[in-house]
Amino acid sequence: MQGTIAGRQLLQPRSLGDAVKMLRDDGPLVPLAGCTDVYVALNFGTLQPTRFLNLWNLDGLRGIEARGTTLRISALTTYTEIIKSAAIRRRLPMLAAAAREIGGVQIQNRGTIGGNVANASPAGDTLPVLLAADAVVVLRSAAGTRRVPMTSFYTGYRQTVARPDELIVAFEIPPVRGRQWFRKVGTRAAQAIAKIVVAGVWDTARAEAQPRLAMGSVAPTPLRLSKTERALGSGASLADAQEILQREIAPIDDLRSTAEYRRQVAANLVGQFYGEARSRR
Amino acid sequence: MRLTVNRKAVTVRAHPLTRLLDVLREECGLTGTKEGCGEGECGACTVLVDGEAVNSCLVPVAQVQGTRITTIEGLGGKHPLQRTFVEHGGAQCGICTPGMIMAAAALGPRPSLDAIRLGLAGNLCRCTGYAAIYRSVRLASRGRSKGKGQRAKA
Repeated sequence: MQGTIAGRQLLQPRSLGDAVKMLRDDGPLVPLAGCTDVYVALNFGTLQPTRFLNLWNLDGLRGIEARGTTLRISALTTYTEIIKSAAIRRRLPMLAAAAREIGGVQIQNRGTIGGNVANASPAGDTLPVLLAADAVVVLRSAAGTRRVPMTSFYTGYRQTVARPDELIVAFEIPPVRGRQWFRKVGTRAAQAIAKIVVAGVWDTARAEAQPRLAMGSVAPTPLRLSKTERALGSGASLADAQEILQREIAPIDDLRSTAEYRRQVAANLVGQFYGEARSRR
Repeated sequence: MRLTVNRKAVTVRAHPLTRLLDVLREECGLTGTKEGCGEGECGACTVLVDGEAVNSCLVPVAQVQGTRITTIEGLGGKHPLQRTFVEHGGAQCGICTPGMIMAAAALGPRPSLDAIRLGLAGNLCRCTGYAAIYRSVRLASRGRSKGKGQRAKA
């Protein structure tokens, strides 16, 4: 291990109430959920923060439940729990598809959906799913609860609207109508971080229904592709929609891929989404 | 901090942010668990926490208080997986082997080849090409070890 724990401190709340008070009174603190991102940075020697808040034992932050028409997924829900959940398979199968392609079993047993969102990587695999599903992020602080649509949660590269005294406690997902679609393009199915990840919904049975499409690893934040959606929904040709897509995304060269490859693959994926939706009309 | 490791209660003095991997190797003396990449990519440090496979390089010891931890030593040396890995070429250089076996141990009885591939997708091996590992896991679950590891001393 290149990093060190010497000089670092872990606060251990006994309840969610405790945790938000610690964030208010003893901050800044970095929340620890499954540690599958934070401990990579620690091991690598690149972890800057020195004070942490252990959320793992707060069982009130676990679980998946249907509340009326809303599906509520608590922040500490692991990818394994998502994969095994009958409610997710029934109502949000694209989230189960994303969870299955994250890491390997060891990561899926520990990594959490709240951690994926809080880590705010533009490549996070569940983020396009939550964007396309119109999910709402539930934030809790000592001052109360507020809800932020996922589509306005990210403000820049690894930046979110969450304040340092706020915790992500859950995601609320309204009913999703129509066929759900998820694709991850990476070096291999397991372990690899996405070169591009995409989620979409299109209720082709209803003529007036608009498609919803979101993509990761093509911009500083995961993106809801609202202009491309509008083009597809208004009957534009695929070529026109792909042209609009190219103006909506801003991929870069990095160690996983190149901007040029990502532009080509992004266009191909939109083509696939369009083709599969049209074939079901 | 009190932990249960391989069915034994142990008390450790580690900093709560210490990696489970380091507690097992350095405080418990259980060096069967290996450090490979130290970033959750290779699975060499896989152990079971309450029966689930985890990368012990990514788990702070504070998060496993009150859980049951099982390491390769906890399988006892004559576990069907340990025998078939020796008998059928599942182990070559050996660095990935404890992690492979622990990930395989979490698979449940008689896993299909697909379940084995998926369950071991987070474990990297640079020697075997995986075929011998999958074979070892399948044979272990079907009671096909020879009973005595012919190359057990190797």
